[in-house]
Amino acid sequence: MNKNKNLLEVENLTLQFDTDEGRITAVDNVSFSVAPGEVLGLVGESGSGKSVTAKSLMKLNPGNAIYSPETKINLHLENRSVDIMQLKSSKDMLVARGGAISMIFQEPMASFAPAITIGDQMVEQLLIHTDYSVAKAKKYSIEMLDRVGISDADKRFKQYAFELSGGMRQRAMIAMALSTKPKLLIADEPTTALDVTIQLQVIELMKDLVKEFGMGIIFITHDLGVIAQTADKVAVMYLGKLIEQGAVRDVIRNPSHPYTQGLIAALPKLDDLDAPLVAVAGDIPSPLERPPGCVFHTRCPVELGAQCRSMVPDFSSVASGHTVACHLIEASNVLDKKVAVS
Amino acid sequence: MNDRIKTPLIATKDLSVHYPLRSTKLFGPPPVVRAVEGVNINIAPGSFFGLVGESGSGKTTLGRALLKAAPITRGEVTYNDGEVNFDLTDIEKQDLQEYRRRAQLIFQDPYAALSPRMTVRDIIAEPLEVMGITKSREETDQRVREIAAKCRLNLEHLRRFPHAFSGGQRQRISIARALVSNPKFVVADESVAALDVSIQADVLNLLKDIQKEMGLAFLFISHDLSVVAHVCDYVAVMYLGRLVETAPTRQLFAAPRHPYTKALLSAIPSLDPDDYGKAEKLEGEIPSPTNPPPGCKFQTRCRFAVDICRTQEPKLETEEGHDVACHRWRDLMEA
Repeated sequence: MNKNKNLLEVENLTLQFDTDEGRITAVDNVSFSVAPGEVLGLVGESGSGKSVTAKSLMKLNPGNAIYSPETKINLHLENRSVDIMQLKSSKDMLVARGGAISMIFQEPMASFAPAITIGDQMVEQLLIHTDYSVAKAKKYSIEMLDRVGISDADKRFKQYAFELSGGMRQRAMIAMALSTKPKLLIADEPTTALDVTIQLQVIELMKDLVKEFGMGIIFITHDLGVIAQTADKVAVMYLGKLIEQGAVRDVIRNPSHPYTQGLIAALPKLDDLDAPLVAVAGDIPSPLERPPGCVFHTRCPVELGAQCRSMVPDFSSVASGHTVACHLIEASNVLDKKVAVS
Repeated sequence: MNDRIKTPLIATKDLSVHYPLRSTKLFGPPPVVRAVEGVNINIAPGSFFGLVGESGSGKTTLGRALLKAAPITRGEVTYNDGEVNFDLTDIEKQDLQEYRRRAQLIFQDPYAALSPRMTVRDIIAEPLEVMGITKSREETDQRVREIAAKCRLNLEHLRRFPHAFSGGQRQRISIARALVSNPKFVVADESVAALDVSIQADVLNLLKDIQKEMGLAFLFISHDLSVVAHVCDYVAVMYLGRLVETAPTRQLFAAPRHPYTKALLSAIPSLDPDDYGKAEKLEGEIPSPTNPPPGCKFQTRCRFAVDICRTQEPKLETEEGHDVACHRWRDLMEA
C-alpha cells in the first residue's frame, strides 16, 4: 500500500470546449493533488471552471470537450494506478464513475431520478459497483441512510426524492455517494442550496465521514467560510486558472493573490458591522474574451502594467506549500531575497 | 419627534396567510398551510428592514402579502406614505394600481426574472408604459436613462439583451426596473443569494446608496445573517410563520435573545479554521407548516425547551425596543 502517496494527481489539466462562438478555454493548465483523508477546497466564482475541473476527473464533460495532450489525471488506488485520460469504454469508466470516485452534486433535487425511489437508486448502483445481492444491497443502503442521520431510514428508503426536504435529500445523496466506499469524493457545492443550520449539519457529517472512511474529498464552493471550516488545503481558481494554492490556514490568514484578498474582503464580517463591503471591481470576463497575460489583470487593484497585461505569471512560493501566481509576489520575492542577502 | 415621522410606512396587525390544501379525507375541513401566522411589523419610511429565517419560515409569503401578492387570510396591512394611505385588506382596484406603483419587488434569480426577448431599455421601461406613468417616448427614455445611471448601467447596456450580462449586471437591471416607477417601498427577496460573494458586495452597496438617495424603505428578505447585519437597520427573525425576534440590527447581533436567533448566528461558517466545532449545531429541520408542533413552534429543536414551551405558545415581549417570543429568554440571558 502506498501510504505517503497521493490519491489523486492532476497535472496540466487543460480543457477547451468547441462552441458555435469559437473554442473557449474552460480550464487552463491546472495541477493539484489530493491525499487520502485530505479535504481539498476548490474556490472561485461562477465561471471560474471549478465544476468543469471536477467533472474532468470522471470524464463527465460533454462531447465537445477537448483535453490537451499534456493533461494527466492519475488515480492511485491500493494495488494499481489508473490513468483516467486513457479510459475509453463506459465499462472501463466504472472505476472513475461511482467506483473509486463518487460525486455529490449541488442540487439534490435535480440529481435524483424523480420517478424511482431513493432506495432503488441506491441499490442499483451497488449492484453495478459491488457483488452484493439485492437483499444485501438493500440492507446496506438502509444502514447508510441511517448512518448519515436520516431517521426512519427504512421508510425513507421507499420514498421518492420529492418527499424529502432539501437537507434530507442532500444527506441521502451523501449516503448514496458513500455506499460504494469511494476513495475520492467530489462534492460540488453540496451546501450552497441549504440553510446555514442544515449546512452546518452537513459539514459536520462530511468531516466525520472523512475520518471514518479515510477518503479524500474535493470540496467545491464559492463560500470561503465553508472552506475554512472544512478544508485542509485550498486551491483558488479564476477564469480557468489556478491562482493560489496552499494550506487552509496559510491562504485564509495570509491571502497573497489580489483576487483571494478581494474575495476575503468582500465577505460581510459579523465582528465589524461598520466595515464597508468591498466588492472585487468589475465582472468576470466572458471565456470568449480571456484577457492575455495574467487573467485577473482586468480587475486587479494593484496591476503592475505591461508585465501583467502580457505575461502569464508563474507560481512563486510565499510559504512552504503555499504558492501564488502573481507578478507582484514574484517581484517582492526577488526584493525579499535581496534584503535577506544584504 | 412629530407624529408624521413616527407613522410607519407599512404596518401589519395580526397578519396571517393560510393556504388550503386539497383534502385528502372524505369528511372534515381540508388541511391548511399556515405560512404566516399573527405577524405584527412596522416598517418605517426610509428604513432598511431585514427579514431572516430558514427556507419554509414564511419570509417570502410575508413579503408577498405586504405587496398584496398573497391572499391575506386574517389581520390588517396598512400603507401610509404621507401622500396616500391604503388598507390592503380592502383596497379598490384603482387604489391597488396606485399601490403597485409605490410598492415594488426585486426577485431572487436575475437569470429568470428578465425576459430574454426584450432589450434592457424595454425591460426597464415596461413598468412605466404599463402603469401609464410617462406620457411620451421621450419622457420614458429620459426616466430609463436616469434610473439606469443610478444603477450604474450605461447607455450602451440599454441597447443589449439580458443574455449579454453577468449575474451582477442582471441584478442591477432588475433593480432599475423595480425603481423606475419611483416606489416608496421595495421588497428585495433574496436579491443577492444567487450572486457570487465578489459581486454581492457591489449590489448591496448599490441598494444601500439608492435607499439613502431615494429615501425608500426596503424589506430585505435573506437567509444570510451576515449580509443582513451589514445593510439593515432593523431585523425580524421568522420561524414557521411567526416572528420570534425583532430588534434594531446592532442590538440583535450584540445580544440575541431567542435561542433560534442564537443558533442561526452561530451556524454562519467562520473564516477562522480553528473555530471548527465551536458552532452551536441545531438538530433536525423546520417542521411542516401543515402540522406545526403545539406550544412554542421552535420547541422541537430547542435544547432549552421545558414543559411550558411544549404547551403554551409564547407571546412577543418588548423590552428596550427589542421584541422576543420565548418563555425562557430572561433566564437564558442571565445564564
